[in-house]
Amino acid sequence: MSLSVLRRSETVIALVLLAAMLLIGLINPAFWNLANLFSLARSNVVIGIMALGVLTVMISGGIDVSFPAFAVAAMYLTVRAMVAWDWQGVAGPFVMATAIGLALGLINAAFVYGLRMIPLIVTLGTGSLVRGFLLGVVGTSQVNIDRMPKSLIAFGSTELTSLSDPAGGHFALSAMLLIYLAMALLVHFLLTHTMLGRGIYALGSDGEAARRVGFDRRLTIFVVYALAGALAGFAGLLHGAMIWLANPRDFNGLELDVIAAVVLGGASIFGGRGSVLGTMLGVFMLVMVSNSLIIMHIATTWQRVVVGFIVIIATAATSWRDRRRIA
Amino acid sequence: MQFTMRRLFGADNNLLQLALLTLMIFALMTALAPDKFLRPYNLLSITYVAPELGLLSIAMMVTMLSGGIDLSVIGIANLSGILAGIFYHAYAGARGPELTAMAPLSVLGGILIALATGVLGGAINGVLIARLRITPILATIGSGQIFTGAALVLTGGPAIVGYPDGWGFIGNGAVFGIAMPLLVFLLLAGFVALLLTRTAFGINLALIGTNPKAAVFAGLRLVRTVFFSYVLSGTLASVAGVILSGRTNAAKSDYGVSYLLQAVLIAVLGGSNPAGGRGSVAGIIMALLALMLLSSGMQLLRFSNFMVDLVWGAFLLASIALNALRTRVR
Repeated sequence: MSLSVLRRSETVIALVLLAAMLLIGLINPAFWNLANLFSLARSNVVIGIMALGVLTVMISGGIDVSFPAFAVAAMYLTVRAMVAWDWQGVAGPFVMATAIGLALGLINAAFVYGLRMIPLIVTLGTGSLVRGFLLGVVGTSQVNIDRMPKSLIAFGSTELTSLSDPAGGHFALSAMLLIYLAMALLVHFLLTHTMLGRGIYALGSDGEAARRVGFDRRLTIFVVYALAGALAGFAGLLHGAMIWLANPRDFNGLELDVIAAVVLGGASIFGGRGSVLGTMLGVFMLVMVSNSLIIMHIATTWQRVVVGFIVIIATAATSWRDRRRIA
Repeated sequence: MQFTMRRLFGADNNLLQLALLTLMIFALMTALAPDKFLRPYNLLSITYVAPELGLLSIAMMVTMLSGGIDLSVIGIANLSGILAGIFYHAYAGARGPELTAMAPLSVLGGILIALATGVLGGAINGVLIARLRITPILATIGSGQIFTGAALVLTGGPAIVGYPDGWGFIGNGAVFGIAMPLLVFLLLAGFVALLLTRTAFGINLALIGTNPKAAVFAGLRLVRTVFFSYVLSGTLASVAGVILSGRTNAAKSDYGVSYLLQAVLIAVLGGSNPAGGRGSVAGIIMALLALMLLSSGMQLLRFSNFMVDLVWGAFLLASIALNALRTRVR
């Protein structure tokens, strides 16, 4: 029993994470400052919510590289609409952003299911299309804080706790963390406690077997890509609310980071494996390492190299694990 | 026998469609902007800009043949140009006649460094994919980050500007009025075409892509063949890097990022099957021509680059849909 806990991917990732935290703390004890930890936690929210969608796609055996484009499109279109109509809401705009992401996700699903095309190629195409549309047709100018809807700014800066450090500075734990946790719980419930979730795992493990047992391939694929799109759209607007501006060029290259985090969290790109807890740990690991380079006195130009090594080590480890399990 | 006949016919069909598409784009652009589009200057400039993208697309196609993909080509191309630039600047200073009028042999040194970068980068991908069995998508995403990251660390961000004239000749020069990049491209395209259709390596690669398990049981050396396909794609990418930095007289860690999608698009449009087994150099050249005419025409019509991205994405999806429908009918 105790051995099986040790053998779980999540335990391994948690241990690695702990070791990394101790190491970073040794190099610079400032890592353990509450202000730093709070800001780390805050940086998890947007990437984490996107990662939940990518995780679901990956468990089903697919991949999605279009979600950053969907996220930025949902965010920018919603904010521009709010500015144009002088619309001061919170729930409405988030519904709109989520719906935009969902609709775009359905396009992915239609191509992947209807035309049986490799998801990577499909999502490369839709991503480029959406980004091109946003920047070429909608506009390139960013909505700055002075024109950003007040309701969004107020929502994005909601705090759970508010503390002051001795120097008089102010730091707080963002309430957005609760949203992230709620989403994570929802996706966890979907994956582990519903027939639909079983179907997603089944499709990723063995599509043919899943079909024969009676899982609906079409439903599963549509749910998976729509969910990834919807989560991306939601996370996009949340990002805008948290940084108080809407930049149509945001999230460029984010797909690599998020996929890296999900793989780091133990999901297999061949499908059938992965968990919400593992993904959250993977996201935390990636965010922590890239945010802590400065604390560790390493030039930020190294960030991409570090992320690259993390991707390769994580994938080598999972492919080694999967091969041993098959053997 | 019948199977191969049908495949041959299918490939020809695809080429025919592409030729038709190219013709249509050409006619459309000529009709929309007759005075600008048909100017020799415009058509000539395509022969300078297209080769680097063409080489990246061939590199992509080679890896797709075995059912893989190489998403690190841009990283390798930029790193190759940057490493050669660093060598030149260390050797002859960052500017002045000593750099621009460098002796041919020293210029060759830089070219060898660039090519070695491509061979080594490709070999790293090959080891990760063929030996460690990491999925090509993830392995090359990761290695691409490392190559781009290394370029960023080496340059600190800004571009490396100033290359020897001999290096610039590869990207800007002309022999008998024919653009040097085009000559390099045609030479390498011919070489790869021969390699893929006339050697055991090429045939084996397509067989592995068609059915890896059968290929192993048939006694093909899967690991070695796949490994060399990534070395080949890395090397082609580094030549693209030489041409790119030669043409612009500069190299930067984030040059040509949009080339990645375009290379995938040209490979798919040119008849490569990303699941493996199909792809030809002729298809790539045809697709390259079609898309270069399209984007140069759109630029002449003053569409923004973002609109070009939009159209490229739409093209990719449309070509997927067409291919899917065609195979379904069959």
